[in-house]
Amino acid sequence: MLVQGIKSRPEYKGLSIDPHAKRHLFVLEGEGAAALANQVELKGRDFLAQSEILYLAAGAAPKAYDITLTALSPDIFWQAPTLQPLLFRLRACLEQARMGTRLYIAGTEGFIGQVMQLALEFGIDFNSIHTEHRGSTARRVQCVHCKGITDNVTTSPFACTHCGLPLLVRDHYSRRLGAFQGVNIDAEEPGTAPPPEEMFP
Amino acid sequence: MSLNTDMPVRVADVTQVTDLVKRFRFERLDGHPMPFFSGGAHVVVSMNDNGLLRRNPYSLMSNPDDNSAYEISVLRVPNSRGGSIFMHKQVKPGDQLIVSQPVNLFAPDHRGRKHILFAGGIGITPFIAMMEQFSRDNIAFELHYAIRSRAHGAYWQQLLDRYGPRRIKIYVDEEKTTIPVAEIADNQPLGTHLYVCGPAGMIDGVLMTALKAGWPKENLHSERFLAPPAGLPFQVFLEKSNIHMTVGEHQSILEAAEAHGCDAPYLCRGGACGQCETAVSSCDGTLEHNDIYLSDEEKASGKKIMICVSRFKGQQLVLQL
Repeated sequence: MLVQGIKSRPEYKGLSIDPHAKRHLFVLEGEGAAALANQVELKGRDFLAQSEILYLAAGAAPKAYDITLTALSPDIFWQAPTLQPLLFRLRACLEQARMGTRLYIAGTEGFIGQVMQLALEFGIDFNSIHTEHRGSTARRVQCVHCKGITDNVTTSPFACTHCGLPLLVRDHYSRRLGAFQGVNIDAEEPGTAPPPEEMFP
Repeated sequence: MSLNTDMPVRVADVTQVTDLVKRFRFERLDGHPMPFFSGGAHVVVSMNDNGLLRRNPYSLMSNPDDNSAYEISVLRVPNSRGGSIFMHKQVKPGDQLIVSQPVNLFAPDHRGRKHILFAGGIGITPFIAMMEQFSRDNIAFELHYAIRSRAHGAYWQQLLDRYGPRRIKIYVDEEKTTIPVAEIADNQPLGTHLYVCGPAGMIDGVLMTALKAGWPKENLHSERFLAPPAGLPFQVFLEKSNIHMTVGEHQSILEAAEAHGCDAPYLCRGGACGQCETAVSSCDGTLEHNDIYLSDEEKASGKKIMICVSRFKGQQLVLQL
């Protein structure tokens, strides 16, 4: 069960190297590494000398994309163990960055949302950030009741990991929070929630 | 139909700023305060020039916090359509004029962490109000202002006195100093926004340089008021109003419609805002699109026209107006 057709649902238009940018900052998660590899196949290797890659292997660790990315020999390649140090490093990169820097994000929606959230703090217009959705379609969802955020939600409804309410996942997305909105599905008659349906593999 | 927002005002003061620039101060006739506006906003001033209605947009340059009056500055442009000449020669303190509600098509992007303003000549006016606002809100900004000569340049000394030489940089043609746009664009922190207002060539040059320096287009802002270009007279039929009219050499379709009593919607009268977009019913000839609002595809489709600046060449144009 899903509520669709909501305008705030983000669109991920795919990475496309901006030929005018002086510096390219790639923030990639798991399968997102392949989005950059595809760009190299399409556009050649020239831009790699002006590129910095921050990579988080996450669930795709067995595929060893870090070796693929290192082999591209970008100006800087840095791999994070978990999301938090990646965001910490990203913050430092953005503090130093100039207007000629373009940001490219690829990975799961939850990852893109959290990287985007940080980028927006730096006054970057979201329209100028390139994004590509790769890997799992699992969602990051905020419970609109207790405000707790649950990562990697694959079903709707699902039980909020903070307050336990069964939540209907809507396409209603908050760029500020980097999360979809989950709304209690059986508020009128508690206990009547339909069984969870696998929606975001 | 233009939201019925006109405000009758009295000219409270006229100040000669330079030999070609005059500043006008408007107060409401009914004694009420003016509506607050935001930096970058303009008003359309309606003038009755011997029975001929002239309407020109002018940027508001007074302090946005001051709702006792509005101030505009007008550059006298010889060989122009006559609005600026009328303001300079005819308008005296105590006269009555009509001004529209403020409209802002050049507002600062408040998500920005720093704002860089490029002004050429009379293009300084929207920035004067914008800087008041940045200064009040403690927002980082710098102004790069190009003038022909120190004698002809308006307000440069006042701005230097007010904000200091770190934020205000003056460049003078006569002294062979020019704005180093490429150097400035090259070294700005992420989250900077750029604004340019001035002659068309300057606007194009600044925007092109910034794009080449790798700036995303979302951070580039410009305001150009296009005066309706002159051209050969042509015939237009306004379908809904059932008016056959001739658009004169120095007239826009919008002005001709107004002269025939058709109250068409408008906001900027400069081809930028999209308010006067009008559907074309039939067109036996060629539309001459002069606006910067419609996309290239829309212009090519021939189904829409911005009647404030665009013209027509051919037999008959029928508009849904």
